[in-house]
Formats: sequence, C-alpha cells, structure tokens
Amino acid sequence: MANSVSVGIAANPTLQASLVELIRVTSTVLPADVVRAVTAAKGDEVTGTNAAYALEVIDCNIGLAKDKSQPLCQDTGSILFYVHTPVGYDQLAFAEIAIAAVQQATVKGYLRQNSVDALTGKNSGNNTGPGTPDFHFHQWREDHVEVKLMLKGGGCENVGATYTLPHPKFGGRDLAGVENAVLDCVLQAQGQGCGPGILGVGIGGDRVSGMACAKTQLLRRLDDVNPEPVLAGLEQRVVTKANMSGIGPMGFGGKTTLLGCKAGALNRVPASFFVAISYMCWAFRRQGVNLAADGAITSWLY
Amino acid sequence: MALVQLTTPITEAQARSLHVGDTVELSGRLYTGRDAVHHRLHHGDKPPVDLHGQIIYHCGPVMVRETVDGTERWACRGAGPTTSSREEPYQWEVMRDHGIRGVIGKGGMGPKTLAGCVTYGCVYLHAIGGAAQVCAERITRVDGVDWMDLGSPEAIWHLWVERFPCIVTMDSHGNSLHQQVRETSTAALAGLQA
Repeated sequence: MANSVSVGIAANPTLQASLVELIRVTSTVLPADVVRAVTAAKGDEVTGTNAAYALEVIDCNIGLAKDKSQPLCQDTGSILFYVHTPVGYDQLAFAEIAIAAVQQATVKGYLRQNSVDALTGKNSGNNTGPGTPDFHFHQWREDHVEVKLMLKGGGCENVGATYTLPHPKFGGRDLAGVENAVLDCVLQAQGQGCGPGILGVGIGGDRVSGMACAKTQLLRRLDDVNPEPVLAGLEQRVVTKANMSGIGPMGFGGKTTLLGCKAGALNRVPASFFVAISYMCWAFRRQGVNLAADGAITSWLY
Repeated sequence: MALVQLTTPITEAQARSLHVGDTVELSGRLYTGRDAVHHRLHHGDKPPVDLHGQIIYHCGPVMVRETVDGTERWACRGAGPTTSSREEPYQWEVMRDHGIRGVIGKGGMGPKTLAGCVTYGCVYLHAIGGAAQVCAERITRVDGVDWMDLGSPEAIWHLWVERFPCIVTMDSHGNSLHQQVRETSTAALAGLQA
C-alpha cells in the first residue's frame, strides 16, 4: 500500500483530524432532519403513556449527548464510510488515514470497542479488523472529496431482512407484494430495532446490491421527496400503515412506529425479485462533510 | 402507572409486587451481563460476583480510563440497553441457578423468560434503547469489572446507579407487554394488507 502519494497524504494530519471530528459529530449529534422527526413524533403521542415517556427520554438523550459530546448510543454499531473522490485520488491512502482516525476516536470514547473476530470472539479493541470499518468508495467528476459516515447499531441491523417475491403470504412481484413484505419486516421487528425506526428499502438487484441499495437510501434526508412518484407513494403508504400498527416507540404501543421510509429500485434478473429492508433505529447517526484539497472540512452535509 | 423506587439487592416479594406498566427507578448495584456472560454461565462457569437478589443489565457500555486527582479509574461514556432476546435461551436458567430478581434490557424476551419470571419471582425491566446518555447520567460510579477477557462490551461491569429509569414490561404474574403488542399489531397489519 505504501507508495509516494499515500505517504504524502498520510504525513498530513489535517485529514485525520477532519475524520476524527466527523466521527465525533456523527456519534454525538443527531442530524437536524432526524431531530425534527423525533420532535414531531413526541407531539403526536398521548401524555402519560409509555410511548410519550420513551420519546421524552429519547429527546432528553439527544440533548445530553450533544452537550456532553458523548455517544448518543453506546452501540457504535457498524462504521460505514461512503466516500466520493475525484478521479485519480488515492483511496488507499484515505483508507489508512480513516482507520487511524477510527482508532483515535475509540481511545477518546466517541466509539465503543466494537469490532469482534467472527471466529474467535476476540475484540480487536480498536474498532479495526477485517471488514471494519467498512468503506464504500466511488469516483465522481467533482473536484473535491465527500465523506458520509453512518454508525449503524447492531440491534437495528439484526431486524433487517431480505424477502423474495412471489411469496404465499405477501403476494406477487408487484408493488403490493413489496409493500406487504416491508410491513412484515416492521411487524417482526416490533420494538427490537429501537423504534421509532427509519427504513431503507431496496427493490430488485441481487442479494448484495439490493441490501446495499437499501442502506444507501438511508443517506437521503428524511424530509426529501422521492423523484420517482411510484416509490414516493410506496414510502408514504408504508409509514402511514406502520404507524397504524400500534407497535409504537420501543414497541411499547403508540402512534409512532416509523419516522420515515426511503425506497430505491435496481434492475433485477428475470428469475429474481428481492425486497431488501435495512432498519435504522431512532439513534440515526449519519453525517457527512466536504473536504478541501488539504483535508480540511469545508462544509457539513446534514 | 405507579412510580416505584427500588434499591438493589431486592427481595422476591419486591419483585413480585411489580406489574407491567409500572415505572421503576433503581438505585444501588447493577451488574452488566450480555451474550458472552450468559453463554459462560450456561456452560457452568461460576459467576465472579454474588448475583442473589441482584439485577443483570443487558448492556455493553462505552468505558474509558480517566485520571482524576492523580488516580486512574474507569469512567462510563454511554450505557444504554442492548437487545435482550438473544439471552432468551439462557435467562431462565440464570434466574433458577443464581437467584437474580430481574434483568434490564430492551425489546423484551420470550415465553421461557416469562415462565422464569413467574416461577422464580423475577421481573423484566425495559430501559430506553439508544438512550446511552440518560442511562449513563444515572451511573454514579464504576466500581470494578470481571471477565474482561470477553472484551469490554461483554465484560461484567460493577455499576453503582441512582434512580436508573425503566419500565416493567414483563412481570411475575405472567403478563408481557411485548406479547400484547405483538398480538394487536399482527391483527392491525393483517387488516391493512395491500
């Protein structure tokens, strides 16, 4: 991995400092669009119910985490970097610096020691190891680097699912089948994904690309509108119906089961029809930055 | 919803006095224990602390070493509950063999644990998932740690808490809020199929 370019970038501490700051903010400050959704949900629940209590505690937690600059949730979860770089940019060097930033953020307590050897159960102690952190690099024609980061807790990751259509219970290879499958995922999750949740849905693709599409949907702002009207309608119906299920915050019962649903579609092969669902908890830690050539942060994305 | 103040260790009578929907504020000792701890206890390892009358907190906290007045100590940077259902195969056994009076976690547990609550006089307390700072604020001291070889999130942390907030969602009378919500939401969504 060591070449002249990577050594040059690795010697520059500005990028590492920017990435540590991105990790700190992602871990401790809930993005504004999610805060708005939680606040609105709090107003919808009936005073004195367990649901209202849960959202009051959540609201209080959001403020405390920000004020104390400590993790919103103790579960650091999967550390997912989505990075866009100009053509010719040294992605290998970026990854080395990002790994160093993750280790530094772990020592500072912004991240829990969260990377465990799948075979031996041994915790690496510094959040790095095979597959962690997880990098998704893309080139683009812009002249700057954009870094998005998601910290996705294990509780919500565990309740995600991939369905295949047709299905005897959910229906055929059409929007109705998709909608029923997505709502079944919400039903099976109950309160275990730390709801109220946000769904990323990937329709089509294969088992990898479909779930990747579902997770990428979570990078969209909660208040955006899907430019594809069919998907926009699906997103709206899923949220409306889920919120009529009575599962409620934490599965305590109540009016808010989902804060949002974001769906995307990929072409599929004729034989397959997958519906991949990635469930995100209310502690929806995602943030992003644009970087200058020297690695300094020029703007925040959420 | 009654608000009940409890200090650990608690008695069987205290555990049995709690009902689904009660809000509880716990003070005193809490031991963390999650997947690896339950797995070890299941395989017959002797717990390093006396669990009788105690409550196990399903939690993998964020812990850092800090130095205050020249003394190094553990400090908790976040400590919300983890999903409890993973302990469903083991929890009833820990109730039977080690005399715990309850567990704190999130998401609820299944029929084996509910039966354990009824038989052994235990309670399931639900903390608010993701609320790592609200929970950590109520942890006033970290007094020790055992089984650190399991890794920090999986170790048994000895926490001292004051008015730690939770809600009873499974009780020793056979009631489970989780079972009720699952039944009503299954019926509601069946009626909304596309």
